[in-house]
Amino acid sequence: MKLYFHYMSLHVRSRMAYKASFLMECLGQMLIGLELILGVYFITERFGSVGGYTLRECALCCGTVLMASSLAECFGRGFDHFSYVLSSARFDRLLVQPRPLVLQVLCTELRLNLVPRVAEAAVMIAWGAGSVRWTAGKAAVLVLMVLGGTSVFFGLFLLSAAMCFYTLESLEVMNIFTDGAREYGKYPFGVYGRGVLWLLTLIVPLALCQHWPLRYLLDRGPAVFGLLPLLAPLFLIPCTLAWRHGVRHYRSTGS
Amino acid sequence: MKKYLSFFKMRLIASLQYRAAALAGLSTQFVWGGMEVLLYRALWSAHPERFPMGAEALAAYIWLQQAFLTFFALWQWDRELAESVRNGTVAYELTRPTDLYGMWFAKSLAQRVSRGLLRCAPVILLGALIPAPWGLRLRVSPAAFGLFLLSTALMLLVVCSMSMLTYALCFFVTDHRGIVTVLTPLADFLGGAIVPLPFLPEGLRRFAELTPFGAMQNVPLRVFGGDLAGAAALRAVGLQVFWAAAMTAAGYALMRAGLRRTVIAGG
Repeated sequence: MKLYFHYMSLHVRSRMAYKASFLMECLGQMLIGLELILGVYFITERFGSVGGYTLRECALCCGTVLMASSLAECFGRGFDHFSYVLSSARFDRLLVQPRPLVLQVLCTELRLNLVPRVAEAAVMIAWGAGSVRWTAGKAAVLVLMVLGGTSVFFGLFLLSAAMCFYTLESLEVMNIFTDGAREYGKYPFGVYGRGVLWLLTLIVPLALCQHWPLRYLLDRGPAVFGLLPLLAPLFLIPCTLAWRHGVRHYRSTGS
Repeated sequence: MKKYLSFFKMRLIASLQYRAAALAGLSTQFVWGGMEVLLYRALWSAHPERFPMGAEALAAYIWLQQAFLTFFALWQWDRELAESVRNGTVAYELTRPTDLYGMWFAKSLAQRVSRGLLRCAPVILLGALIPAPWGLRLRVSPAAFGLFLLSTALMLLVVCSMSMLTYALCFFVTDHRGIVTVLTPLADFLGGAIVPLPFLPEGLRRFAELTPFGAMQNVPLRVFGGDLAGAAALRAVGLQVFWAAAMTAAGYALMRAGLRRTVIAGG
């Protein structure tokens, strides 16, 4: 853990060496989030609501997904960029160092420019929170939604890194679940129909941290729904297994 | 002209090598299109009267958008080109007896066309298999189809001249990433990638249609679905011609100015 913080402080300092470029990237990342919510705004303005959810409720939903994905990307970026690590044979170097592999990959990159996006997500949640009658339990559920979502996104990164062992190239397919989930998670997944909802509940459990607990927050579902995000981290188990299998399969790439 | 054609061909052949990547991209495109369609279907079942365009036109817009994504996705920069300005390899390019602008233009055009050609057919096919009204209806009048082809070609010119303008700016700022990060979301939004332009409020829609971004995917996608037809379509195509010409001229001038002040160190 100490090692991790050491690496993180190295990343922070190296980023701060180029302040102007860093600020530009922050701005760009914020624009992405802004674009997301603007899209929701124009659609809800025209149609009044989307699948029965108002703009504020969508903002709450959009904010939690954005925050979860940003947090996962901020720390898990090393896995997201794993094809570079592999193709440049840097992975061999990691293998010979006597530290846990996952930790080392985590240390390869820290995306600080996502911090403003997390803040942006917090603003969305705060504004969307106006549509909820809050209790202590509901606040806890909200935190669980973000944490559960982060773990699912992180699992997805791990999975896509594991697939790199076989393809040596990052697969655009995983975009469906990483960038795609962030993009389409701006509306509760139930909007897209039953098929999508069940897929995202049972296979890639993003809906466990979005649609179902949101129903509870908005008093449209039983309290049990609020506990569902606790199940989301289970997704990490198959992802870790895939990663392990990938590491065993690995034969170096180049000199 | 012949040498630009051969640059175009070289790039085309090189990009066509990555067939597995294209296949992977394909399923992504199909899922993204599908999610979009599901969303609008839900909206349609609630308030069909509030749609600014017909369901079939919208479906055509969505499926063609996914099929031809690489034609207009402004985020598909050619990093090689921008990097070459930064690390000085542009010097090699300058020793060639060709105009740098023309060469790069041909390269980026080829990259977009090749990626798009590999991907478009299966997405169009799958889109066409989806039942009406949310599938891609391929029966269009010959006139609309002709206009679609014309505006697609013009769109490619607009997109490439916009990218060229950005590459030309690289000669002045050395770090292109800043421009890219700001320009990309802007183009996405004003170009109708997030929400099709007709869904925007009246004033904003008019403004977006006048910008160069509105002269990109917005025009051919709407022409195909029949949402943009008649005099309005011709006006939009005219605007495409204007932007392509204006941005090519601006990019060309800017690149010459940039090259004049570029000093390449080292030997």
